[in-house]
Amino acid sequence: MSVEEASPDGGFYTALLEDDAEELYDNAPCGYLSALPDGTVAKANATFLGWTGYDRDDLVGRRRFQDLLAPGHRIYYETHVAPLLRMQGHVREIAVDVVCRSGARLPVLVNSVLKQDDAGAPMMVRTAIFDATERRAYELELLSARRRAEESETRATALARTLQSTFVPPEILTVPGLDVGGAYRPAGDGSEVGGDFYDVFETGRGAWGVVLGDVCGKGAAAAIVTALARYTMRAEALRTPYPSAVLAGLHEVLVRYHPDRFCTALFAVLEPAAEGIRITGASGGHHLPICLRADGTFEAIGETGMILGMLDTPVLTDATAILRPGDVVVLYTDGVTEARRKGEFFDDERLCAVIAGAAGAGAQGIADSIVAAVLDFQAGNARDDVAVVVLKVQPNVDPIA
Amino acid sequence: MDVLRRNNVKVVGNPAGRSMLFAHGFGCDQHMWRFVAPAFEDRYQTVLFDYVGAGGSESAAYDPARYGTLDGYARDVLDICQALDVDDVVMVGHSVSAMIAVLAAAEAPDRFGALVLIGPSPRYTDDDDGYVGGFTSEDIEGLLASLDSNYLGWSATTAPVIMGNPDRPALGAELTSSFCRADPEIQKRFARATFLSDNRKDLARVTAPALVLQCSDDVLAPDSVGAYVHEHLAGSRFVKLQATGHCPNLSAPQETIDAIAAFLDSESGTRPCP
Repeated sequence: MSVEEASPDGGFYTALLEDDAEELYDNAPCGYLSALPDGTVAKANATFLGWTGYDRDDLVGRRRFQDLLAPGHRIYYETHVAPLLRMQGHVREIAVDVVCRSGARLPVLVNSVLKQDDAGAPMMVRTAIFDATERRAYELELLSARRRAEESETRATALARTLQSTFVPPEILTVPGLDVGGAYRPAGDGSEVGGDFYDVFETGRGAWGVVLGDVCGKGAAAAIVTALARYTMRAEALRTPYPSAVLAGLHEVLVRYHPDRFCTALFAVLEPAAEGIRITGASGGHHLPICLRADGTFEAIGETGMILGMLDTPVLTDATAILRPGDVVVLYTDGVTEARRKGEFFDDERLCAVIAGAAGAGAQGIADSIVAAVLDFQAGNARDDVAVVVLKVQPNVDPIA
Repeated sequence: MDVLRRNNVKVVGNPAGRSMLFAHGFGCDQHMWRFVAPAFEDRYQTVLFDYVGAGGSESAAYDPARYGTLDGYARDVLDICQALDVDDVVMVGHSVSAMIAVLAAAEAPDRFGALVLIGPSPRYTDDDDGYVGGFTSEDIEGLLASLDSNYLGWSATTAPVIMGNPDRPALGAELTSSFCRADPEIQKRFARATFLSDNRKDLARVTAPALVLQCSDDVLAPDSVGAYVHEHLAGSRFVKLQATGHCPNLSAPQETIDAIAAFLDSESGTRPCP
């Protein structure tokens, strides 16, 4: 309002005269307290008394400001606010509850300034008090929203881990003549379901099947396909002895039911043979297994086929090799060789070095060493899932066939 | 692990003197001793530190399991004594650190020559057996809620400007960023460990001579609680300060210094010569 507008009825000047210092102090739109350094109230304005219901005589010379606070807030005041006020000379926006004369609680925000003498000794504390009832209610809502968000995050992570745990067998089956180990590590903090899976099972013809694969994508949608892939391969392996046919079966299912998803996978059949263990496998666009022979040489087993779930019918080829006592075969997902550190890949050479270094251990020990090395390479934070299955032929295989 | 860095340990004073370890309470950090510790520097080697999670400590070293009880904090104290290779230590513990001192001295009696307990309370909540600590467990929940509210309130404010008096040395900038400000989750855990603990039985395990410094009108540790500590600490001395509130080290530093110095003088007079 401008002076010109207010002047005709004299309201402007009336307002100026009315609002003298004392009037302003008592009826200010905030509570106002003056206190001794120990908090004992020396002066309180009418606004504060009106809000809290106390008489001036209840407070002045009798109560300390902190005595008016709810007990828990009193602890906060004594352990945080009072030291801070003494050390830095002021505090701002302290949220506490004042207990009114009626016992009701008034949520307030408090600003205090410590007046010191020339030598720095505390003389008095001036405190402005703001009614913060609605702000506090809003803050409580924010806090409970944050708490709910934290809880659902925890739940989502637990759910992802549970789901993921169904993609790898809880305990690896015992295969005669073979020591089998498996290891899995989710990307990051494991809060999202990845697409890596593996499995070891008996196919029903005196043979065992080993599966390791990677469905593209992450999250719930990919998890559905991962579960489907795992069970489809188990079912197909009972129907046909040819690994390429098992993978082709998976391809058909993917194309029909999940045309937007594709997958890479290895499937191998293991059977006892005269010289050791016969491995017959096929790859649907997946890295070939690495074999460390007992004599120290490395070789890849099998032939790379085409990725599964794309429109074209994949070309898949079965290949056979004989594993002898001491041989180690490693199946792995791209989370191993494509682990990155400053643009540098973990790669096959590092993988071979880790396998060679750990070859004396059991299959599980070798699998754990690989995952540990990959994690270490990425400073503990895997950017992609890592899955590894290790087969180690035991020294004395009974020749059956 | 470098304990001295982890706990932001500062060693000053007389290197040939007896070691005097000052331990801050819940809510603040070693700056709490700013007006008191310097008075002992000419005769003592004074050691200041922050508990993990407070002040300038390495928060990364915070382990919720270890610091879920006061024993973890006592472990910090013992780690520091070991790292500095000191014994016959005078440990000055304020607030919850009084009980941390009791736990440390009970655990490693050889390390400690004397304890000064400022505003001690072996149990902050009342007990069914008639013990009055002054608070209920609902009150402690209220404290946790106020830590939450004030975290919200302070998160948006910028570092405050020090209202320094030119005649007084200004408090360092590091103080404003850390003093009374810590990760609210850590603070809440420390609050639970502090205010829901019961260390009454530990008092009998202490053999070192102890001084109980009781403030007037201390809402956290009322007179009856200080008297309880004195009664259950064999051979302890009880001094009631004029100072009011819970932090005489800030509100009445000279009275606090005088009481500690008088205790140490008389206590060292009764000790056998080395």
